[in-house]
Amino acid sequence: MKPGIDAIQDEIIEEFSMFDEWMEKYEYIIDMGKSLPAIAAEYKDEDHEIKGCQSKVWLHAALNGERVEFTADSDAVITKGIIGLLVRVLSGQPASEIVNANLYFIDKIGLKEHLSPNRSNGLASMVKQMKMYGYVFDGKIKSENV
Amino acid sequence: MIEPAEIVKRAFDIRQIRTDFPILNTTMNGKPLVFLDSAASSQKPLAVIDAMDEYYKTGHANVHRGVYQLSQKATDQFEQSRRTVQHFLNAEHDHEIIFVRGTTEGINLVASSYGDKFVRKGDEIIVSGLEHHSNIVPWLMLCERKGAVLKVIPVLDNGELDMNVYAQLLNEKVQIVAVNHISNALGTINPVEKIIGMAHEHGIPVLIDGAQATPHMEVDVQALDADFYVFSGHKVFGPTGIGILYGKEKWLNEMPPYQGGGEMISRVSFEKTTYNELPFKFEAGTPDIAGVIGLGAAIEYLQGIDMEAVRDYEHQLLIYATEQLSQIDGIRFIGTAAEKASVVSFLIDGLHPYDVGAILDKLGIAVRTGHHCAQPLMDRFGIPGTVRASMAFYNTFEEINALVNGVKKAIDLLK
Repeated sequence: MKPGIDAIQDEIIEEFSMFDEWMEKYEYIIDMGKSLPAIAAEYKDEDHEIKGCQSKVWLHAALNGERVEFTADSDAVITKGIIGLLVRVLSGQPASEIVNANLYFIDKIGLKEHLSPNRSNGLASMVKQMKMYGYVFDGKIKSENV
Repeated sequence: MIEPAEIVKRAFDIRQIRTDFPILNTTMNGKPLVFLDSAASSQKPLAVIDAMDEYYKTGHANVHRGVYQLSQKATDQFEQSRRTVQHFLNAEHDHEIIFVRGTTEGINLVASSYGDKFVRKGDEIIVSGLEHHSNIVPWLMLCERKGAVLKVIPVLDNGELDMNVYAQLLNEKVQIVAVNHISNALGTINPVEKIIGMAHEHGIPVLIDGAQATPHMEVDVQALDADFYVFSGHKVFGPTGIGILYGKEKWLNEMPPYQGGGEMISRVSFEKTTYNELPFKFEAGTPDIAGVIGLGAAIEYLQGIDMEAVRDYEHQLLIYATEQLSQIDGIRFIGTAAEKASVVSFLIDGLHPYDVGAILDKLGIAVRTGHHCAQPLMDRFGIPGTVRASMAFYNTFEEINALVNGVKKAIDLLK
């Protein structure tokens, strides 16, 4: 059984608490980006692209039972690392919980600035898009259960 | 008002200059701020901050309206700024200086007002491949409204304009040429005098986007024979939200007003409105009075500095930055024109500009990353964007060293 959204967020906060310096955090994020499982090549297209102006993000979602599986990629490694964290937290979670997730870990680990729309890196839109998938899949599950 | 002859230029002293800009003494992410993004917006000297502060504290009233002394004083100060700008550009008349919100609005005004009157179906408009979106989109919108065609002067591999193609593009269907004086993304200084001269041989007027030139060089619109020249206050060390459209009197008189409202009319009845004379015809509504006063203060500040020395100093910064950065493995410069302003645009092999910018930010270094609102130009070079360090006269050689070390650190972390 996969731990819940908040349990994983707390785990990440715990991991980041070991770092004193921003450099260590960034090294960790960059490594995370490099080890992020690749998105299937067929999904790295215009339809799955989230335009962020500076860096591009690709996101794919599939429903597996009541849970949503995300895969994603970016052309910038720091963006990709943060995507890795978001996928770790939200992928494999129930659709209904993704919709209502409060992603407090971003602020707690000091990466809030990367989620700012001002950064135009696609991350802010990506979080919205992940929740949108959660919302749509949740609606689908509920209508099928009626 | 300071007449040009009265200006006493102070010798260029970088230490003294830096004390004029309070923000340069602050920190970013806990590191001393290294501000290398002046091409996006420059920092403000105390002279500007104080002038605007003083205006709101003791000088504010609406302009051109009140019979009382305070309004008169504000109007005098406002109109004095107009004359300061006139001298700055060496315009023939002060009523050729129109206050707008910025370069973007100035271009939109000309595209809308000149375009409505003079551009017809099948006509052509020439821009260059080096343009900022603000000197592309207003013309595209005009072309769509009128059924006109936008023609583009191509960019050579070194970031210079292809003047041979430009010569071929000029014909009797072209109604206006709009190009920048200096490219914001690459720093290329365009041969605008030549561009204007060639257009004039065909009787075609030229608009020059001077947003990147005015902070770096003296501009003489009469010597250039520019028909329109636009720039932004916030890039010449003045406030945001104010800019200048210079237009030759003959064009401005022929052009219809851009926006309707107060100030721009001489008489209104419900049957007919008579428009006011220049420059008020183009200045509907209460203007950005504090912005105008701040811009006046910024220009007076610039006029107090030896601009020859500034140009020389900025050129040395550019050469030093280029030399130091070129020692980094895998660096690729975008834009290597012979005539360049103090802008270095580059890519590091295998690294995304966003990642490099994010690391530099943590080191207290402010650079611009991305496409610089010049996507057609980025497409021309087949790149997503660049890292751009743009320098002003308040930057130092030590700051260039910080940039070079920062880029090296980013490479270590990211590779």
